[in-house]
Amino acid sequence: MRTTTSPSAGLNSLTPRRFSTLANVSTPPAFQAGGVFVYDWRVTTVENYAKLTDTATPRGLLGAAPVAPTEVDAKRKYRREPGFPVPILIAPATLWLTVFLFLPLFSIFIFSFWKATGHGMTPAFTFENYRAFFASEGFFDPSKSDFLTPSIFIRTLWSTFRFTLTVMGICLILAYPLAYFLSMQVENFKWQLALFLFVMVPFWTSYLIRAVAWLPMLGRQGLINEFLVTIGAIDEPLSFFLYSEFSYIMALVQLYVVLAVGPIFFSLAKIDRTLLEAARDMGATPFQIFREIIMPLSLPGVAIGMIFIFVMLMGEFATAVVVYGGKTSTTGTVILSYYSTANYPFAAVNAFMLMVAMMIGVVFILRLVDIRKEL
Amino acid sequence: MARSTPESRRRRRVKAGFSVYYVIFFIFVYGPMFAMFTLSFQGPRGGVTFPMRGLSFFWWEKLAGPSAVGNLKASMVRSLILAVIVMVITALFSTMLAMAFRKRFRGSATLFYAVMSGLMVPGTLLSLGLATLLRQVGIPPNWWSSGLAVHVVWTLPFGFLVMMAVFNRFDARLEEAARDMGADEWTVFKEITLPLILPGIVAAGLFGFTLSYDEFARTTLLSGALNTLPLDINASLTQRVQPTLFALGTASTIFSLLMIGIFIVIYTILYRRSH
Repeated sequence: MRTTTSPSAGLNSLTPRRFSTLANVSTPPAFQAGGVFVYDWRVTTVENYAKLTDTATPRGLLGAAPVAPTEVDAKRKYRREPGFPVPILIAPATLWLTVFLFLPLFSIFIFSFWKATGHGMTPAFTFENYRAFFASEGFFDPSKSDFLTPSIFIRTLWSTFRFTLTVMGICLILAYPLAYFLSMQVENFKWQLALFLFVMVPFWTSYLIRAVAWLPMLGRQGLINEFLVTIGAIDEPLSFFLYSEFSYIMALVQLYVVLAVGPIFFSLAKIDRTLLEAARDMGATPFQIFREIIMPLSLPGVAIGMIFIFVMLMGEFATAVVVYGGKTSTTGTVILSYYSTANYPFAAVNAFMLMVAMMIGVVFILRLVDIRKEL
Repeated sequence: MARSTPESRRRRRVKAGFSVYYVIFFIFVYGPMFAMFTLSFQGPRGGVTFPMRGLSFFWWEKLAGPSAVGNLKASMVRSLILAVIVMVITALFSTMLAMAFRKRFRGSATLFYAVMSGLMVPGTLLSLGLATLLRQVGIPPNWWSSGLAVHVVWTLPFGFLVMMAVFNRFDARLEEAARDMGADEWTVFKEITLPLILPGIVAAGLFGFTLSYDEFARTTLLSGALNTLPLDINASLTQRVQPTLFALGTASTIFSLLMIGIFIVIYTILYRRSH
C-alpha cells in the first residue's frame, strides 16, 4: 500500500525498521530507548494513525516513535477469529427455542393466574387456581372431614412422583449391569457397538406401539400366563398382569430403560483402563475396583440417564391408558383432561406445579454432578 | 496365555453370567414386539391374544382397506413429510450450533442448557404451553407449523450432542492449513469441514427423522385438525383393540427399522469416504 502524501511514501512499511529520528517529528521519550518499528496494518499514513490513536504525535512510523508492544497485543484481541461468526451460527436455533420452548413455558406461568370463563380464559391476576390446586373444599374447616387433607391434585402429583422414583430405581438396576457388560466385558469394539445398537434400536421406534405390544404378553391368555401354566407354576391364569400397577410398571420400565443404558454406557466406556489395571496390580479386589473407581467415574452417566427418565416419566400420560386401562391418573392426564374441558388456567396450574416438582428433582440430581463437564 | 488360572476362570464365569443377562434383557425389550408381529398374522376369527387361530393376512388387508380410524395413509404421509422437514432443520441447526461451540463465546453455558432443556421439558408441558398460547393469540395449530416447532425443540438436543461429539474429534489443523493457503471461510467449510463432518450430520438427521416420525406427546394438542400417524394410533387405542392395530404397529416398526438401516448404510459409506 503506497501513499504519496505521507512521510513514509516510497518506503516499504511492511518491513520492521530500526528506529531513527527525523528532525521535524518530535518523539515521545518513552519509546526512544530500544525502539523497533512494530508494524500495524491499519497505520498506513501519519494522518490515519493520528486519527486512530487520537494523539497529535504520530508514532510507529519510520521516523517516529514505535508503537508499544502492549498496544499491539491489545489490538490483536479484536482480530477476527477463524470460522463463521458466532452470532450468525447461533441465531436461528436461539430464536426457535425462545419462541417455541421458553415462551410457551413462560406463558404457562402467566396463564396460571388467569381466570377461566368456561370456554376460554380472560387476563386476570388471581390466586384462585392455586388455591383450588392446594386446598380442596373444607381444607381450612376443622368441622369438615377434609380438614387439612391435601387436595386430589397434590396427591396425584405426589403419586406421580413416587411412581416415577420406583420406575427410575428399577431402570437403574436393570440398565447398569447391562451397560457394565457392554463397556467392560465385551472387548471387541465391533461387537460392543453392535450389541449396544441392538439394545438402543427400540428408542427409535414408536413408543405407543411398544406400549401396545404388551397387551398380548400380559392378558389372562397372555404369553406370561401361558408360560407359567405350562411350566406348572400356577394352575389358573392370573388376571392381575394386565390393567394393573404391575403391567404399568412393566411397560414403563421397558419403554424407558434404554434411555438409561446409553448415558451409563458412554460414561463407563470413557473410563481409562489403565486405572483399573493399576488398581489390580496393587491388589484391589474386583469389588474394590468397582466401588473405588468404576462407580464414582460412572456417576455422571447415571445422573444423565436418571434425569432423562425422571422428566419423561413425570410428564407421562399415554401408557396409563394403554396398559392400565386408564384406571390411574397422573399429573399429565390431569393436565390434558382440564385442557379438553377448556379450563386452561387450571391446566396451567397443574403444569406449572409439575414443572416445579421436576425442577426440584433435576436440580437435586444436578447437584451430584456437573453434566457439562462430562461431555 | 494362562487359560486355566483361577482368576481367568472366574472372569469367564462372570462374563458368561453377564451374557445371559444381556439375552434376558434383549428378550424383555424385544419380546413384546415379537409377540405383536406374530399376532398381526392372526386368523380372521382370532383375537388380540394367543393362541393363534389360523394364519392369515386378514388384518393386514383390513389395514390396507378403508379403516375405521380415519385415513391412515394420509396421516402416514403427513408424518413422513414432517419427519423429513424436522430432519433437515435438526441437521442444519445442530451443525451450526456445534460450530459455534467450537469457539468460546459469552453465554455459551446458558445456550447449552437452553438447547438441552428441549430434552428436559416433557411433551405434555410444551404441548399445553404452545397450544394455549396459540389459542390466545388466535393462530390455529397445524401439524406443519406448531407441530414442526415442538418436534424440532425435541430433536435438536440429540443432533446437537452428536455434532458436539463430532467436532470434539475434529482435527482443526486441516482447516488452518486451508486458511493459510488463502481459502476463505466458505471454501474452507465446503472443501474441508463439510466432507469430514458429513457422517455426523447424517447421524444427527437420523435422530431428527425417527424421533419426529414417532413423536406423540408433543403433537397431542398441536397437530390441528389433521392427525399424524402416532396420533391416529392413539385414537385407535380408545376403540376396541383389534389385531389390525398389531398389523399397523408391525408395519410402523418395520418402517422405522428400515429407516435406521438406510441411515446406518449412508453413514457407513460417508464415513469410509471421509476417513
